[in-house]
This record gives sequence, C-alpha cells and structure tokens, in this order.
Amino acid sequence: MSTTTLPPIAPLTKKDFQTDQEVRWCPGCGDYAILSAVQSVFPELGIARENFVVVSGIGCSSRFPYYMNTFGFHTIHGRAPAVATGIKALRPDLEVWLATGDGDALSIGGNHTIHMLRRNVGIKVLLFNNRIYGLTKGQYSPTSELNKKSKSTPFGSLDRPFNPLSLAIGAEATFVARSVDVFQGHLKETLKLAAAHKGSAFVEILQNCNIFNDGAWFSLTEREARSEHVIQLEHGKPLVFGKNRDKGIRMNSLDMEVVPLGKGITEKDLLVHDAHHLEAAYAFQLSQMEKRPGFPTPIGVLRSWEDVPRYEDVMNQQINDVIAKRGAGDLAKLLRAGDTWEVK
Amino acid sequence: MSTLITLPPSKTKPEVIDSAVIRFAGDSGDGMQITGSQFTNTVALYGNDIRTFPDYPAEIRAPAGTLPGVSGFQLHFSSDDVSTPGDAVDVLIAMNPAALKVNIADLKANGILIVNSDSFTESDLRKAQMTANPLEDHSLDKFRLFSVELERLTRRALEHLGLDAKSMDRCKNFFALGMCYWLYNRSMDSTVRWIEDKFKGKPLLTEANKLAMQAGYSYCEATEAFQISYEIPRAQLSPGLYRNLSGNQALALGLVTASQKSGLRLFQGSYPITPASDILHELSQYKDFGVMTFQAEDEIAAITSAIGASYAGALAITTTSGPGMSLKTEALGLAVAIELPLVICNIQRGGPSTGLPTKTEQADLLQALFGRNSEAPIPVVAAATPADCFWVALEACRIAVKYMVPVILLSDGYLANGAEPWHVPELNDIPDFKVQFAKTAEGFLPYKRDPQTLARPWAVPGTRGLEHRIGGLEKQDVSGNINYEPLNHENMVRIRAAKVAGIAQDIPEIVPSGDPEGELLIVAWGSTHGAITAAVRAQREKGHKIGHVHLRHLNPLASNLGEVISRYKRVLVPELNMGQLLWVLRAKYLVDAVGLNKIQGRPFKQAELEQKIEEMLGSQENFT
Repeated sequence: MSTTTLPPIAPLTKKDFQTDQEVRWCPGCGDYAILSAVQSVFPELGIARENFVVVSGIGCSSRFPYYMNTFGFHTIHGRAPAVATGIKALRPDLEVWLATGDGDALSIGGNHTIHMLRRNVGIKVLLFNNRIYGLTKGQYSPTSELNKKSKSTPFGSLDRPFNPLSLAIGAEATFVARSVDVFQGHLKETLKLAAAHKGSAFVEILQNCNIFNDGAWFSLTEREARSEHVIQLEHGKPLVFGKNRDKGIRMNSLDMEVVPLGKGITEKDLLVHDAHHLEAAYAFQLSQMEKRPGFPTPIGVLRSWEDVPRYEDVMNQQINDVIAKRGAGDLAKLLRAGDTWEVK
Repeated sequence: MSTLITLPPSKTKPEVIDSAVIRFAGDSGDGMQITGSQFTNTVALYGNDIRTFPDYPAEIRAPAGTLPGVSGFQLHFSSDDVSTPGDAVDVLIAMNPAALKVNIADLKANGILIVNSDSFTESDLRKAQMTANPLEDHSLDKFRLFSVELERLTRRALEHLGLDAKSMDRCKNFFALGMCYWLYNRSMDSTVRWIEDKFKGKPLLTEANKLAMQAGYSYCEATEAFQISYEIPRAQLSPGLYRNLSGNQALALGLVTASQKSGLRLFQGSYPITPASDILHELSQYKDFGVMTFQAEDEIAAITSAIGASYAGALAITTTSGPGMSLKTEALGLAVAIELPLVICNIQRGGPSTGLPTKTEQADLLQALFGRNSEAPIPVVAAATPADCFWVALEACRIAVKYMVPVILLSDGYLANGAEPWHVPELNDIPDFKVQFAKTAEGFLPYKRDPQTLARPWAVPGTRGLEHRIGGLEKQDVSGNINYEPLNHENMVRIRAAKVAGIAQDIPEIVPSGDPEGELLIVAWGSTHGAITAAVRAQREKGHKIGHVHLRHLNPLASNLGEVISRYKRVLVPELNMGQLLWVLRAKYLVDAVGLNKIQGRPFKQAELEQKIEEMLGSQENFT
C-alpha cells in the first residue's frame, strides 16, 4: 500500500473544503457554525485535501461528511468509531475526523466510543451535544437533563445524563476538550489543538438545536451569562472567571472551591491548569465541577496527554517487528508448513 | 536426555484391514482432543486417508466425571478414500463411566472397548448416574472389553520422576495413546517430536509424557492383552504433497493466499466466538505476511472495522458464528449499499440464540440469503469439506473484489474442527486476481460502473482528485449523490440485484457426480458432502441411478441447475436444518423436491442417507 503524499498544488482555502451539496440542516441550527469552523481550520493544517477522511454515524451531525469536500463516509448508527478504526489501522497517514452526536456516540455507539478512546486511535472526534434527538424529531438523549420533558418522556425522563467529558476521561482518553458552537474563535482554536494531538482527540461541542431543544445552552451562551457561568481553561494559567475576572477556583485539600478574588486572595492562590497532569482524576474533577452550585462550566482542553502511543502505530509496528525478525512471509513455505508427506 | 528405549518388534503379526474408526472419549480435562489429534497426525503422516470429528462440550470444565463434561474425538482412517468420520466405531477408549455411557451406543458389536478401570469407583459411577458397575454386570459382554488400570499403570511408569500424583495422572491419556499405537502398529515418532516441542523447557513433563506413551505401548507388548494387532496400508491418494488440515486452518490459509493473489493487505476484524475463533488465532500468527488482525470490542465493531479497512483498500474479512452473525446484520446492509468488498465467514453452529455453541448445524442459509432489511442481495458460497475451506475462501475473495460486493462464506462447526489430508497446491497454479484502485480524477464518479461486472470503482482515501462521499443513504447511480426519488430507488435496487445475479456468468456450470441422469438427484451444500458421497457410492453399487450435486455457490445459483434437476425423476435435499435449500429450490424451480432433515447438532451418518435413498427409490415403483 503506497502512502506517499503529493505536495499540495496550492495553499488550500475554506472554499476548497465546501461541497456542491445543498446543506440540509434546519435554518439556525448550531451545526452550520461547526461546519464553518471546521472548513476554516482544515486549510490551516497543512494537510493535502485527499488525505482528510470525515466519518460519521447517524443523526443530524452525521450529515457532516456530505458537506465536506474530502473523502467522506456516512456509516451507520453508533458505529463510526469502529469504521474509522479500520481506516486508521490500514492507513495511519490519513487525517480522520469523526462527526457524531450525543445519541450516536454515547447511546447506541457508547461501546465503540470508549474502546476507540482507550485504544488511543488517532481520530479527532467532534461530539455535537445538543442534549436531544433531533433527526428522530425530539426524544430525550443520554445527555438530556434529568426529568427532561420530550416526545418520548411527556412526564419527564428518569435516567441520569452522561457527562461526555467525564465519560471520555474515564475511558482514559488522551485528549479531552470542550467548546461551544457560537464561540467561533474558541472553537477554531480548540479544533487546532485537537488536530495537533496525535492520539484520540475528543472534543465535545455544545450545540443548539433550535427546533427541538432551543436554548439548551443559553445559560452559557447568552452574552450576559457567558462570563459568569463559563470558565475557559488554558494550560499554565490560573482558573479565573466572572464578568470582571473576579472569581477563581482554588484547591482546598483534595477538593476544589470557588473563591472571590481580592481581600487577600490573588491569582497566585488559584489552581493553575495543567492539561498534561498525569492523573486522570484531576481532569475528571474539572469535568464534574459544573454540577456544583456556584461553579462554572469549563471549556477548553481539560486533558492533553501525549505519552501514549497511537493504536494504529503500534499495530503496524508489531507487524514490521515480526517481519524484521522472521523475514517477509513466504506463502509457498507457509502452505507446506507443519508435518507433510509425499504421495508418489 | 531421552530415556526412551528402543522397542522390540511386535511379536504378533498384524492382521491387514482396510479401515478403522476409533473414538477417544473422556472428561473434558482428560486431553482427548490432543490424544485424538496426535493419533490422527500419525496415521495421516503414514499415508492413510482420514476424516475426523472432534466433539466437545461448550463448558471448558464441566464438573469432572459428569455426562455433560464428556469430550470425544473420532477418527476414520483407511487405505481407501474416506469421506466421513464413520457411522459406527471399531475401537472406543473410555476414560471414565460418563464417557462410556455417552458413547457405548456407537460401538460396533464385537468392537474393542478400552476402559480406564481406575475411574469406575462408586463415586465415579454416581457422577455418571449409573447404579451398577458395567465392568462387572456383563452389560458389555457383546464387546471385546479391555479393563486397564490406566492411572495405576501410568503412576508406576512415572514414579521415579518425583512428580505429584495429579501431574502423573494427567499423563494417562498418553498411556492410552501408546496402547492405540501398538494396536495399529504405528510409530510413536511424530508424537515424540510433538511432546518435545510442546513441553520445551520443561524436561520433566517431556519425559513423563513420553514415558507414559511408551509404557502404554509396552504394556500391550508385554501382556499380549489384545492378542491381535492391525495394519492399515497406505491409501492411494493422487500424487503430491499432503498435510493434515482442519477447516478453520484451511480457511485461514485460503485468506492469506487470497491476500497475495489480489495484492491487497489482509485485515480481519473479529470478536471471539466458538467455533470461529481459531481463524483469528491462525491469522494472528501470520503478521509476517502483513496480516492485520483486530480483536474488536464486539461483533458489530468487528464487521464495521473491516468495512473501514475495505474502504481504505484492504482485503477485509470478518469471522463469526451463530448469534454473532445476527449482530452483523445492519453492517451487512451498509456493505451492500456502499458496494465495497468484504468477506463474512460464518462458521455455523446450532441455534437459535446461544444454542449449541460447539455443535454443528446448517441453519443459517436463509439468513445468509435474506437476513437483512429491505432488498439487499449478497453472494453466498459454502465449503464442502475441511480442505475445501481453502478454495472457498479464495473464491469468496475473488468475487468480493471483482464485483465490489460483500460475500458471505458459510462453513460450520463440523468442517471447522474436522480434518482431512490436504493436497498442497502449487502457488503458481492459483490464478491472480490483482486489484486496480481508481487512480485518475478525470471522469471519476463514485458509482460509475464497469459495464461487464457492474462493479463501481474502488477509490481509496489518499488519492488526489478522487474525494467523494459514500454512505448508507440511497444514492443516485453514477454520481453517488443522495437521492430519494421513487424511480431512482427502484433503479438502484435493480442494479444491485443485477450485479449479484450476473455473477452466475462467472461460475462454472454444474456437472453432477455419479449418474448424469436417472432416478434420483441429490442436491446439497456444505458439510454434508462426505456422508452423501459415501452414501451415493454405496447405493450406485447396488444398481441405483443417482446423481449428486453439491453447491459451492448458493447465491447466485449456477445457471444450469434447473436443467440438471430436470434430468432426474426425483430430487432429495439432505440438510442439517429444517429444509432451507429445499425451500429455495422448490420456490425457484417449482420442483417437488423432498428433504431429509436432521437437527441434532451432529452430521449425517451414511446409513441415514442410504435409508432415505432406499425409501425413496423403493416408493418410486408405486408411481411408474
């Protein structure tokens, strides 16, 4: 299998990644913003267009490949991580991105998601989390808040939601981040960081479904609320938030606490974010803080851990090692291996 | 380091016979599969024709000594052609009362029965739900019973080695094996080599197993226990190089060969399931052939990872069985829609659900033909014998890459674990089927078809200018764009069907074995081949005019099958299911075929087929 790449003909632009297909998401859907961000980021990665593969499962988000002028594969519900793993195994050189949703990745495809992450297959995962089933017209999803009233739960949902970041960290994903559809600048920066990560990069994108779950993230995205309720994590920077950057997060023994800045408390007392922290427990704690009263919702890179080899690399390395040791297989010899006898 | 002494030549002169059926039966921890395989290897190397039937429980270690824990290995070896493991047994080795109880019905009258008398205590009998000791109550009088203290004799042979009792007892199967080598005048050399390799670095165990086997041999020699021994001369196989191969081994070798013949890297996505797992075990050893084996998180990831690998340009396969096949159903539909090559090997077992994990059945044929939502035709091929698995693997891969389709390959537990001599082919005699990926952007459209095969181009990611999108949604032909229009859908359904139907032009016409026309045609498929071949041979010798068609291609069927069927007065379709091929043939050819159906998790016996043939050809007189 030849994996040689021709040099790009000319620098690529956003336009090079747009297709002639009519985009069929509802007007006002958050998916448009994500598509635009991805189409803006891809040309900046210095990768030839033919080496991009966008893979998806089923759901609104999974129409994504049809709108990207790259190689694209719209697979079946929940199975995109497994399909993408097969692609990466064979062609580690390809840049494989996966578009998925909260139902696709965490419900029907939950098993494949965690196994892709634990293997650290070099796939960039964009999880469009709108906390609802859109394409099937409005049932609750595995990220819907408890007691969610939806078409299939008129009296409220009964099951506790998944926190996608906690789940990914629990599966020991090596790159875990979160951004928001309408935070275009932050989203693009996050996508670039994901692209730079070698192994599995899991990016939850909070996305608004204006038809079936409008305003699911308004408490984070409304201009007034934004800075009070969101904390932007940056590696090496203290955890500060608030409209006037007047609050921070401090470690108190093994627990986190929100503290006001001033009155003797300065940024030096605050927790300094370490995305490369060896312990997954640290990132897990960050992913869980939004549940607690008074705590903000974190966005940015919670965990980025480069020390783990990619599955496709070790898989190919093992084959190369065996060939180096035994020599390339001789089929005629293999067929005649073991105890044989000659009939004259 | 060996303390083996050279054995004196046997004092008794062996009686020359043409075939024998031997069955080793014991507890699943007694090593019966190893004992049987070793005996098989030895007689195969000597040059006998063979067929084997390993039959073991699903439980790894059912409670020792109980009826469900009995594991058996049957071998038919002969100086003539052998096509079945044999209906009835000439020699039965029973390591405990449970093994005796489960197997005694198959032992021929006056057959040789070797039992381990040390395991017939009251508690052993109770575990086998026996009230009287059969060694004492004359219930075994119609057999030639040899009560041997296998444990005591093995311990005595090994006592100087300083092993604990348990370790010594584990060697008793080799004592029994040594007895069988004496009985059939066979050299212990190949088993000695196997022991030395198996227990490499464990000199004590190497010594113990060799000594136990030798002690069994010497015991027969010294006690003249049997008074007679046998000699089965070499079989007249066609000239060439042979090796003994199980169906799963043959399938794995066929896939590696297909990888080289197609010029594609082999990728296997698989999830462990009996009796398919051995294919994964085999292929995972062939990394030096660039083979990629991926043990997926479940059956669905096994097939979908293979679909991903195929998309990226691999010869992609997935292997499974029973309920695993059901789990792959949705992905099969995807493979049909995206028109990429894929080979799905279903090693059938008894069902429904978990069913009979270690027992054979042929009841997944209709599932293979139809088991998907909507109109989703898939070519289906089936292996007839263990060695045939090699050739069917090649054929499945050839069809898959030539027509850009998923192909289902049906094998079953009986073929997978059974073994026969395989005539090793010359690699150059196997034709190449090299694949050309789409290369140039000019004129490229993802669903623009080859006019002959209707195959679409295989355009792998990484190829400049061929960026395109595929998926499970209905698409327009040629462009591949999503399209939900009514007439477009009908057109696409018909094209996909025509592509599969067209493969009939690419498979050989059927030539029945036996009589080319006559009273009865037997149409069958899969692992029933051996028993039917033997039954047809026997019945034709009695003067009946019988033809036998064994279908390798089950979808599409050979184009002349209808014509062949019309040459016979009656049609019999024996199957290890409730009549699935029968259903297809009756529907397609409007023929009043009848079925012979057995659903017991076991293969047909030759006698069962002969009885049915005689019943039909006898009753035929009423109509003429």
